[in-house]
Amino acid sequence: MSRHVVCPADELPPGSRKVATVDGREIALFNVEGRLHALLNRCPHGGAQICKGVVTGIAKSAGPGDYRLERHGEFLRCPWHGWEFELATGQSWCDPRSTRLRNYEVKLEAGAELVKGPYVAERYPVTVEDAYVVIDL
Amino acid sequence: MKMPYAGAIDCDLHVPAPSMAQLLPYLNDYWRDQIVNRAIDRMPFAMMSYPPNAPISMRADWRLQSTANPLEALRAHVLDALDLKFAITNVIHGCVALHNDDMAAALCRAVNDWLRTEWLDREPRLRGSILIHPQDMSQAVAEIERLAPDHRFVQVLLLAMGERPLGRREFFPVYEAAERHGLVVAVHAGSTYRYAPTIVGWPCYQFEDYVAQAQAFENQTVSLSAEGVFQRCPGLKFVFLESGVSWLPVTMWRTDKTWRGARPETPWVDRWPSEIIREHIRLTTQPFDAPDPTAVAQVLDRIGSDEILLFATDYPHWQFDGEDVLPDGLPQAAVRKILIDNALATYPRLAQRAIGGETAAIKEDVR
Repeated sequence: MSRHVVCPADELPPGSRKVATVDGREIALFNVEGRLHALLNRCPHGGAQICKGVVTGIAKSAGPGDYRLERHGEFLRCPWHGWEFELATGQSWCDPRSTRLRNYEVKLEAGAELVKGPYVAERYPVTVEDAYVVIDL
Repeated sequence: MKMPYAGAIDCDLHVPAPSMAQLLPYLNDYWRDQIVNRAIDRMPFAMMSYPPNAPISMRADWRLQSTANPLEALRAHVLDALDLKFAITNVIHGCVALHNDDMAAALCRAVNDWLRTEWLDREPRLRGSILIHPQDMSQAVAEIERLAPDHRFVQVLLLAMGERPLGRREFFPVYEAAERHGLVVAVHAGSTYRYAPTIVGWPCYQFEDYVAQAQAFENQTVSLSAEGVFQRCPGLKFVFLESGVSWLPVTMWRTDKTWRGARPETPWVDRWPSEIIREHIRLTTQPFDAPDPTAVAQVLDRIGSDEILLFATDYPHWQFDGEDVLPDGLPQAAVRKILIDNALATYPRLAQRAIGGETAAIKEDVR
């Protein structure tokens, strides 16, 4: 496992998303109301770039004709075929046992901690004053 | 293959549909007057899906002489010949196509009472289906409630092609009544011809009409799954009669695949549609439309369950194969399930009877 600084925290504010390439892998990063998610930017179904998907809730029901959207911001819908994935785990809602998006540990860390290393900062000079988005691959 | 042992349960058998003259004693004064004085009794009320003289409706060698006793023939050809435990009779009567809801409901009641008196009372191995008029749900529910105390009626009978798909919520009261009384909902091939029997328009030939029945069953399978009928009625089972079988795996694959992406549209569908179908829908074995034993085995394997098929002779339609009761190619372990166990698991009222807990037939007031 290696730790990577992928961007300064202010480049991924709440409500935003971006793609970082780490070790040749495209990682989709989401900040949903302060919760960070890092997922391989490739749907296990058809290979779509899931960073372009809709971040939303999950439609649930107590029976025919009952509609509820619950757990707002916790799910991602693939832009190609609408497969639904839980952002926190990458699990498919329809098929949690055998389909999942690869997901990665992601957190904000203070530059003061990061400069102690070890870490891989491919593109960002790390300063003690700032915070950074860090993922474990 | 030949019948391997006694005690099988035939889930689709047809007694000869009653003529209007036979039904008149089962109608009240008002409807008798209407039907006789409007000359409606001269109409055959035969379902055009099954024209009486078409080969598909009756194999020539099972056709009865006009003097023959149809009950004796039924015993000789099927009940005794195959040593059956039960046979469920389905009367496919044209009254369900009437636009006059009250006349249709009156005729359904007459057909059901005729079946009870002329057949169920005379032959203890026979079980009945409650024919309902599918356009008037309150009268359909009333008919179920009227006959439910008689446990020889084991299911409610609908046609594969009516005015609206069978998953629509307007049918829920019928399904809830069936579930409440431990009745199955049976859907038999056939159409009331409100629409063309193929989705692409009117065909020329009965041959096409018959092939297209399988597509109607596919449509109904998707409708029942998508509309959440089994979330609403978790104890309910549907039995498809004369539906064919080979279309089912393809329908399950396609429904599952589409559901993954379209799921939020019908959020009450809370698991793979194929799981719902395997749990709640049963198909009868006639006609088994796979061409050879290898294909028969493959179809069953692809369905993914040997609990979904119910034995049926479809006597006297031409699918009835006499002594050759089941297709070759079925796994040995599946044969007993198909002949007996699956029907007992599907029909609460047969299981009740099979373990000796039969409720005495209750005579109740005729509406």
